[in-house]
Amino acid sequence: MTRLEAPRDGLWDVLVVGGGNAALCAAITAAEAGRSVLILEGAPKPYRGGNSRHTRNFRCMHQGPLSVLTDTYDENEYYDDLLLVTKGKTDEHLARMVIRTSEQCLPWMEAHGVRFQPSLSGTLSLSRTNAFFLGGGKALVNAYYNTAEDLGVKVIYDAQVTHVHLEGDTFTHLDVSVAGAPVERIRARAVILASGGFQSDIDWLTRAWGPAARNFLIRGTPYNRGAVLKDMIDQGCATVGDPTQCHCVAIDGRAPKFDGGICTRVDCVPFSVVVNRNGQRFYDEGEDTWPKRYAIWGRLIAGQPEQVGYAIIDAKSRDLFMPTVFPPYKADTLEELARLMDLDPAQVTRTVSAFNAACRPGRFHPTERDGLATEGIDPPKTNWARPIDTPPYYGYVLRPGVTFTYLGLKVNETARVFGRDGPLANVWAAGEIMAGSILGEGYLAGFGMTIGTVFGRISGREAAAHA
Amino acid sequence: MAEAHRQLEICNACRYCEGYCSVFPAMMRQTMFSAGDLTHLANLCHNCRGCYYACQYTPPHAFALNLPAALADVRQESWEHYIRPRALARAFQTHGLAIALLGSVLIAVLFATAQAIRDAGGQGFYAYLSHNLMVAIFLPAFVLPLAVIGIGLRDYWRDTGGRRPTVAELNNAFLSLAKLKNLSGGHGEGCNFEKGDRFSNARRHAHQAVLWGFLLCFLATTVATFMHYALAWPAPYGLLTPPKLFGITGGVLLTLGSAAMIVLKLRADPELGARRVWGGELAFVALLGLTALSGLVLYAATGTAFVRALLALHLGAVLTLFLLMPFSKMVHGFFRLSALIIEEQKKRG
Repeated sequence: MTRLEAPRDGLWDVLVVGGGNAALCAAITAAEAGRSVLILEGAPKPYRGGNSRHTRNFRCMHQGPLSVLTDTYDENEYYDDLLLVTKGKTDEHLARMVIRTSEQCLPWMEAHGVRFQPSLSGTLSLSRTNAFFLGGGKALVNAYYNTAEDLGVKVIYDAQVTHVHLEGDTFTHLDVSVAGAPVERIRARAVILASGGFQSDIDWLTRAWGPAARNFLIRGTPYNRGAVLKDMIDQGCATVGDPTQCHCVAIDGRAPKFDGGICTRVDCVPFSVVVNRNGQRFYDEGEDTWPKRYAIWGRLIAGQPEQVGYAIIDAKSRDLFMPTVFPPYKADTLEELARLMDLDPAQVTRTVSAFNAACRPGRFHPTERDGLATEGIDPPKTNWARPIDTPPYYGYVLRPGVTFTYLGLKVNETARVFGRDGPLANVWAAGEIMAGSILGEGYLAGFGMTIGTVFGRISGREAAAHA
Repeated sequence: MAEAHRQLEICNACRYCEGYCSVFPAMMRQTMFSAGDLTHLANLCHNCRGCYYACQYTPPHAFALNLPAALADVRQESWEHYIRPRALARAFQTHGLAIALLGSVLIAVLFATAQAIRDAGGQGFYAYLSHNLMVAIFLPAFVLPLAVIGIGLRDYWRDTGGRRPTVAELNNAFLSLAKLKNLSGGHGEGCNFEKGDRFSNARRHAHQAVLWGFLLCFLATTVATFMHYALAWPAPYGLLTPPKLFGITGGVLLTLGSAAMIVLKLRADPELGARRVWGGELAFVALLGLTALSGLVLYAATGTAFVRALLALHLGAVLTLFLLMPFSKMVHGFFRLSALIIEEQKKRG
């Protein structure tokens, strides 16, 4: 038996825990260095790929046009964009390294089967900064699994890692249960942890957020339960990121509890009146353009009774935003609409009437801040404030939808994980499990995939060199 | 129809697949779908399956998307709706056995006819069936089915919002068809037909062989008709005449293409197409292949004792193919071309 044909109970060169973008980049890199590689993916095959399944683009620095990217997006502009969303909660050294390395990642991705396409329609503002995957994240995941398979990487699905054994600063083996079978031990010379955050462990979320978290929808993969992250934290590994923070947006309240993905978003808020369970408004729906306010509404709704909101529009606004995955509630009167959504019709009518009375004439412009504001109500609506008066009326139920969590393992620029007494000898981390080092708050479209790709490749290279 | 409607609304909120083919950009033009819109999208879909393998929401996900199958079902229903009589369309589209039975009967009848006539007095194949008898059988068997298709297309064109095409629209549609652009995957690496989530141009190339092979055979017949009537140069023709050059090339392409299509179809996942007509589709491709192969063998057997039987086989296959044009998978070509032309028109607004 040669090293490259290591059986499941033998000694692997590189063990990769997780099966998303970062894990695959790591596995491919290590396999290309001639190492035997085993991927332990927690999800069954149809759900493989973690949150990468739901992604659609890669934010990439470039000097001049590159592949499908137009113009130039340089390091400083990229870093400024990151500072803006994270409000400074980043590690400048690691962040700049990721940004600089992103440029060489794109050709690497193409060489390993990923296909790009020009910016999706409706996202033209990203054509300079983000390279879109043809077919989306699952197409990328499929391409990487095929590439890995061609390189001889072995993949085991439905593999729940229960414990990562460390002896001092050295990884020796891990315990895994495959498809519910009894726990087996797998030994390897090096291990790469790329198993994501913990957004689908509702108990953990509830401990961090309070009881409100029980009503959250998880739009990311249900398989990111943070078992490995927790195991490493319990063994004294250094962490970064705020455990109470998660990426949380307003999504359609009828979306499935888990895994609804990006298309469960509802983009009508700027054109609507949003009320809570009691039929009352609670925030300025027109504070800024939607891409800039999208990410705060999950949190706003999480703060309302029963963690639910109701966006109401009229026929005038029906075609002003991206279609939604579920058809809206629809009625010819506000009372009827309120009843359909199980709200108090009288209160909803009062709220909308008060809002309508506060609207002022003026120029309405759907794609830019038009200054069409209400007068004399609290909270005000500072843009796009048109009366809700043209039937049929439409309604969307909104709930907080969690995509990922920020708490993660601390790593250095070679992706090495830190134990109690400094860097571990043969443990690396990549992807969401360590992204909190760089993305401490907020979100920058396509940056998660950049962190995963850059650190996936680094960890694969370092682990291969070690093995 | 309702199921395709449900799925398209989810697709329209996602749009990750817009680069694969023409269906997604066409879908994105509207937020609500009429029956005509659905029929148009369904006939635009070439069943490359790229969107299925790229989809985040395929079963076991709660959204349970399988757009290639949903559109295939609508597409299939549309042909059975527009082609009259509907019962005939349904029977032959669905049942491969019906196609095989009709083929066998027609072959037997032609064989019996050729047997009964013994000597028609003509040259070559006309010694078995006279030219006039062949024309008397095949002309109506060709023209009447085309008329049936024509009537169906007229209704289809009206319901899906088509208008009188311009030269530019026709050009683009024919170009797309000639290249089978919608089977390229958007990146030129092909579709996801027989190798799961890996891309392959095998089906695109096999289909091109069938398409071009069929057109060459058709051209051979057309040229021969012209030579017969306009040039008073009746068959048999030598190897280096246009009818034989086109016919043999076309026959070889059609035979190999059909064989490849069958192999690919057997390897592909039947759940991603119109499950109900799997057998009918397979029998149709087999009939195409049989038509071409029997023609080639017939030519090779010239002067032997097998000609009478082979002629009956070949003509029986051709006759079945002609008669079934409106009622078999053959009809997809007409609707597909219409959809491509109408899509050119819709793109221009």
